[in-house]
Amino acid sequence: MSQSARYGIPDSRGFFGAYGGQYVPEAIKARLDELSRALDAALEDTSFQRELESLFVHYTGRPSPVFHCANLSERLGGAQIWLKREDLNHLGAHKINNTLGQCLLARRMGKKRVIAETGAGQHGVATAASAALMGLECTICMGEVDIERQHLNVIRMEMLGARVLPATSGQRTLKEAVDEALALWISDPDMFYVLGSAVGPHPYPYMVRRFQSVIGREARAQMLEELGRLPDVCLACVGGGSNAIGLFAGFLDDADVRLVGVEPGGRGTAYGEHAASLCLGEPGVLHGFHSYMIKDANGEAGCVYSISAGLDYPSVGPEHAQLKDQGRAEYVSVTDQEALEAFFALSRHEGVIPALESSHALAQAMKMAPGMSGDKALLVSLSGRGDKDVAQVAEMLREHKIRQPEV
Amino acid sequence: MHILEEKIRKATAAGRPALIPFLTAGFPDRALFWPTLMELDENGADIIEIGVPFSDPVADGPVVEEASRRALSDGVNLRDILRELVERRGLIKAGVVLMGYLNPFLQYGLENLARDAEKGGVHGLIVPDLPFEESAPLRAALKERGIALIPLVGPNTGTERMLLYAADSQGYAYVVSVMGITGERADLAPQVAATMSRARAAFSLPLALGFGLREPAQLAALPPEARPDAVVFGSALLKHLDNGGSAEEFLARWK
Repeated sequence: MSQSARYGIPDSRGFFGAYGGQYVPEAIKARLDELSRALDAALEDTSFQRELESLFVHYTGRPSPVFHCANLSERLGGAQIWLKREDLNHLGAHKINNTLGQCLLARRMGKKRVIAETGAGQHGVATAASAALMGLECTICMGEVDIERQHLNVIRMEMLGARVLPATSGQRTLKEAVDEALALWISDPDMFYVLGSAVGPHPYPYMVRRFQSVIGREARAQMLEELGRLPDVCLACVGGGSNAIGLFAGFLDDADVRLVGVEPGGRGTAYGEHAASLCLGEPGVLHGFHSYMIKDANGEAGCVYSISAGLDYPSVGPEHAQLKDQGRAEYVSVTDQEALEAFFALSRHEGVIPALESSHALAQAMKMAPGMSGDKALLVSLSGRGDKDVAQVAEMLREHKIRQPEV
Repeated sequence: MHILEEKIRKATAAGRPALIPFLTAGFPDRALFWPTLMELDENGADIIEIGVPFSDPVADGPVVEEASRRALSDGVNLRDILRELVERRGLIKAGVVLMGYLNPFLQYGLENLARDAEKGGVHGLIVPDLPFEESAPLRAALKERGIALIPLVGPNTGTERMLLYAADSQGYAYVVSVMGITGERADLAPQVAATMSRARAAFSLPLALGFGLREPAQLAALPPEARPDAVVFGSALLKHLDNGGSAEEFLARWK
């Protein structure tokens, strides 16, 4: 994996500029230091790299293709929209790139068990599959409320051999699942914590970026192959920011390529109505790292909302915070409504049902395309497929909360 | 000698471990919090740790986390805690330590925090999610006011890291008895003796042992050289209070 000299490498204390770090108790710090050493050694080891790349090809089905949305582009009349099809990966999302990398590292470290938190269940399923493949025991912590809402994913994880542990305290959702998973991890030295996004204390944001950077590396080569040049703009949705940093990683050194991260604007810009940490938050420390976050006046983690379960996180990966301050990437938000319109448009005109998360990035591309000339190219990370969202969208249609646009 | 160290040394001289109850601010409820705290003060607490509630307390077990959640939903916050401490200044005999996570302190402003903590008679701070490497700004702000930043070390804290803290700490060192998060446990893990011995060698400060303490018999099981100078009770005390028990009863077990 080639690395940019200027971007993507945190300092010795795990900071990307002012962001990141390790704001954790000593008990966790010791485990993170162990992980850092193992990660550095693995990344230096060509046999580790070869094994991961082989899994990417034979297990995940990489490289995922780029696809030109000719119909949609023509209807919008302007720049050409291209998709990086991470939805075609095994299990239907980019999450597997990261869980394979982390589980491979867990096995290399001699860990017997992995643990992960999951909200909607996507990261849990990817972790369960990766653990099954590597012969690791797997525990997935999931809030009791999410277990009810995402029953199918619970069944999937159990079929893949994982034990799904309900988090029963507090609001019984993702946050409590994280607490439960951390508690079990800290008390068991043979356990590896598989984190699902480019967040958390160092080395997690760096590690997740390294494993997800395959997206941008492939996409860059593929666009050169298809167009003979680089895209003008790269877009990706940003919750924690793992698919975005994976795509951006391939283009950070190409100063002419605009990088646009798209945050969930939810129902509007009022507090509690969105999860746009970079656009509307302020720097603070949450979950072990310093970044832009949504917080209340007392510094507590704030209320967040998004139509998309994968994007409603009150903070964001620290490298994105640095890229925002540097002006190397720009961050915008799109609303639930705009994301839904993109969701329907891609389904109807290209025959691809996108995840609601990815629909945010597509929505921004659809906003930008008409204002650009036809020889420009926008590359959108289609981070996941939308099968998981179909039931939710159908229910919203049934309850007349939304309307399917006429063709 | 820092006043927190003095409090513990005095108990040692009297042949007993110093008692450090931990009480989440606003627990068991807003009205009962201060009377409960005063009851602890009158019944033998040498130092009282007041928990500042936080939405994501990564170092705490379910009991303290639930107390924190309840306090937050009752609107308890750092500003009120400090204001009420200023109002009660001079009434609390025990040493006062605030234990809380970094972000509310950052939000308050580290200089403001040090100033108002001093006004409120706070002698020390424990910030579990602030490792030594990132602690310089807070450490400096507190030092100027004579407030100790209490180090928190555990079984997997290397001796080198203990020495790092030891070189720049006051008051006492807080030793976590087992791997993991706070919460009472039936037996102190066998590794406690080893951790205590390493901490003893690294720190010249008195050692407080916490995370899992429920009854004096747990200490008696430790070899004499591994016994702490002070004991911290969190989860067990909160549970006891939540079940309608009194602070006086709880401390009576330890006297």
